[in-house]
Amino acid sequence: MASAGDPSQLLPAREQMAFTLGFHIILVPFGVALTALMLIAHYRGLRHGDGDALRLARRWSKVAAVLFAVGAITGTVLSFELGILWPGLMGDYGAAFGMPFAVEGLFFFLEAIFVSIYLYGWNRLPPWAHFWTGVPVVLASLGGAAAVIAANSWMNQPGGITLHDGHVTAVRPLRVFFNGAFWYETVHMLLAAYIVAGFTVAGVYAAGMLKGRRDRHHRLGFLIGFLVAAAAIPVQIFVGDTVAREVFKDEPAKFAAIELLPATGDHVPENLGGFLVDGKVRYGLPIPDMASILAGFTPSTEIKGLEEIPPAVRPTDRTVTIVHLAFDVMVGTTFLMLGLVLWFAWLWWRERTVPTNRWFLRGAALSGLVAVVCLESGWVVTEVGRQPWTVVGLLLTRQAVTTQGNLWPLFGATVALYAAVGVGAVLVLRAMARRWRTTGDETVYVPYGPEQPYATSGTAGEDR
Amino acid sequence: MNLSDVVALVLFVGVVAYALFGGADFGAGFWDLTAGGAERGRNPRHLVDLSIGPVWEANHTWLIYCLVMLWSGFPAAFAAITTTLYLPLILAALGIVLRGAGFAFRKVSVRTPQQRLNGSLFAASSVLTPYCFGSIAGGIASGRVPTGGNGDAVTSWLNPTSVLGGILAVVSCAYLAAFYLASAAHRLHDEDLERYFRHRALLAGAVAGIVSVAGIFVLRADAPRLFHQLSHRGLPLMVLAALCGVVGMAGAHLGRHTGRREIAALAIAAVVVGWGVAQYPFLLGTHLRIHEAAAPDSTLAVLLGVACVAALVILPSLILLFRLSGQGRLRARI
Repeated sequence: MASAGDPSQLLPAREQMAFTLGFHIILVPFGVALTALMLIAHYRGLRHGDGDALRLARRWSKVAAVLFAVGAITGTVLSFELGILWPGLMGDYGAAFGMPFAVEGLFFFLEAIFVSIYLYGWNRLPPWAHFWTGVPVVLASLGGAAAVIAANSWMNQPGGITLHDGHVTAVRPLRVFFNGAFWYETVHMLLAAYIVAGFTVAGVYAAGMLKGRRDRHHRLGFLIGFLVAAAAIPVQIFVGDTVAREVFKDEPAKFAAIELLPATGDHVPENLGGFLVDGKVRYGLPIPDMASILAGFTPSTEIKGLEEIPPAVRPTDRTVTIVHLAFDVMVGTTFLMLGLVLWFAWLWWRERTVPTNRWFLRGAALSGLVAVVCLESGWVVTEVGRQPWTVVGLLLTRQAVTTQGNLWPLFGATVALYAAVGVGAVLVLRAMARRWRTTGDETVYVPYGPEQPYATSGTAGEDR
Repeated sequence: MNLSDVVALVLFVGVVAYALFGGADFGAGFWDLTAGGAERGRNPRHLVDLSIGPVWEANHTWLIYCLVMLWSGFPAAFAAITTTLYLPLILAALGIVLRGAGFAFRKVSVRTPQQRLNGSLFAASSVLTPYCFGSIAGGIASGRVPTGGNGDAVTSWLNPTSVLGGILAVVSCAYLAAFYLASAAHRLHDEDLERYFRHRALLAGAVAGIVSVAGIFVLRADAPRLFHQLSHRGLPLMVLAALCGVVGMAGAHLGRHTGRREIAALAIAAVVVGWGVAQYPFLLGTHLRIHEAAAPDSTLAVLLGVACVAALVILPSLILLFRLSGQGRLRARI
């Protein structure tokens, strides 16, 4: 992807940013949406005196705490990377691009505080007061995610700044924050977060049911996660379709890459799969007129092709292919998940209970992974689809990157470190699940949460 | 005082808060590192766990606050710093990752070898990170970050003032934490541990005193303007820091409990504020003034608004958390 004249730091910096953001984005749904699932279970537990629901809420709060702690690390790394890898972006546009992060910082601070209070609250605060300490966690996570997406969507549709000799001389904060892409990117991502968290939770309990654990605890855990994701999927398909039309209108270069479209024209087919080789589409399965119909509701809708982009800033064939395939994977996995939801509806209609069909449960157990693949590919569409720009029309990625040092060792070390953190997180979550099954809820301690009692620490130290 | 000065002040409040709250956490990690073998170090380590747990994240959010204030409010200075001091920044980030992972996994890990690994990562990085931040401060203060950035990647942080800053940061963290932990032990009526950390507070105080005196000569030779300002405009603060240091150590020696945490914190705060006062009106060394590096006024106004909201919303929540976790109000009913 690097071409002659690019700084040698460009490729490793992009790889590193992609890798660390791609890692962090998996954790986001758990901060944003697992906490909401937790409150749904909590509410049910209190409202109906449902002990199973309360236990689920309590366990999910502990899982959320571990993942929140990991997300706090990877998020902090990202803020260092913004400066170390992309000084051109921060130095030139920090006054606009950096500002939403100040708002995000507020929300993050609030979330961290109330996560602590909520975790401490189990068995300590009055039940409903405790429930309400969880509400700021959910609201702050929505606000925090929206603020980060404000910064990201500003890179896609920068507005609200006045430039003079390449310097930002005036900023209109509301126009920066609520830029042209803000609303649809935000709604799209938040729905994605609920889908990922919902299916992941459902998948964990589906896997448990496959192993024969079909008690109410498992059925309820499955249902809460699955129903939230199931409700979000149709909305997401509608929103995604709308987003694609907004991209068609506002970001024609990205749309041309999504549609794998070299030349401007009407009656554009929708290519399923396929590559761009030497500027020509190869191996795709075209559905006649479909892209034009989706973009403008008639086959005669004209879509701008890649040829409209000045050659100097035209994305390479490889970049276009990546964007197009990522888009196909995103849409394909979404309809897979919709299929699973419809299957569930049919089984439920016949049996009036959580399905025990093993093939359905196998599908449900994998649905969390499918949702993560969908999330990642959607993110690739946005980010790679913007290349070669970092800020569309204003700042090229090769102008934003640092020109200092050899970044490959840093990237290698980062991959190794993140692999260790990822493995650590999985091991820790599995250990927690094991302890829940063998020794009960009171023996699992998590970050942010209370410590084991001081007096017993001397004896319990070895096996805690 | 114009808007950029106000935002710089608000940013610096974050620096002081990070030094005090984050610093105490790093210092606790330092005492974890030096607590000895698994058997001997168990009680002090457990006290460290107890006192860090609930407020860890909140304390370290100050770092994020400082970063976003700096990159939005003074973007040119931020880029200059990151393109020059990227090595200590990467090391500090490494320390934050290891420390964070130690924090995330330590309580959940079940087997002793796992706990030991997590614990040692946590402890070692508790020293690495403050050292790097101290050396970054030294590089900025001694004028080694050029306005246009891309300064010398090595000498910008491996120089006398940076080494002084790094060592002073580590020692200050240890000093603060020893006082905090002694108070925590006192609240738990654990006299042995209280004495244990009181002795360490005295030790850290003595080392901090020696480093500070040595620092006078280092700064005079290596950062003359900073030295001049510290010994003139910043003198009252330096005197205050020294006084607090002496009073705090006398209190630790005599076993006084009331107000000792506050006096220790005041000593450290006076040193950090002293640096800020000495550096004013420059953001970088003696060549980039605050207003020259500032973002447009509307951005600064937003940042100021964020800081005000933080004061109105975050501070009460934070106080609630500290009270709930600190004063045992949340002690288990079962």
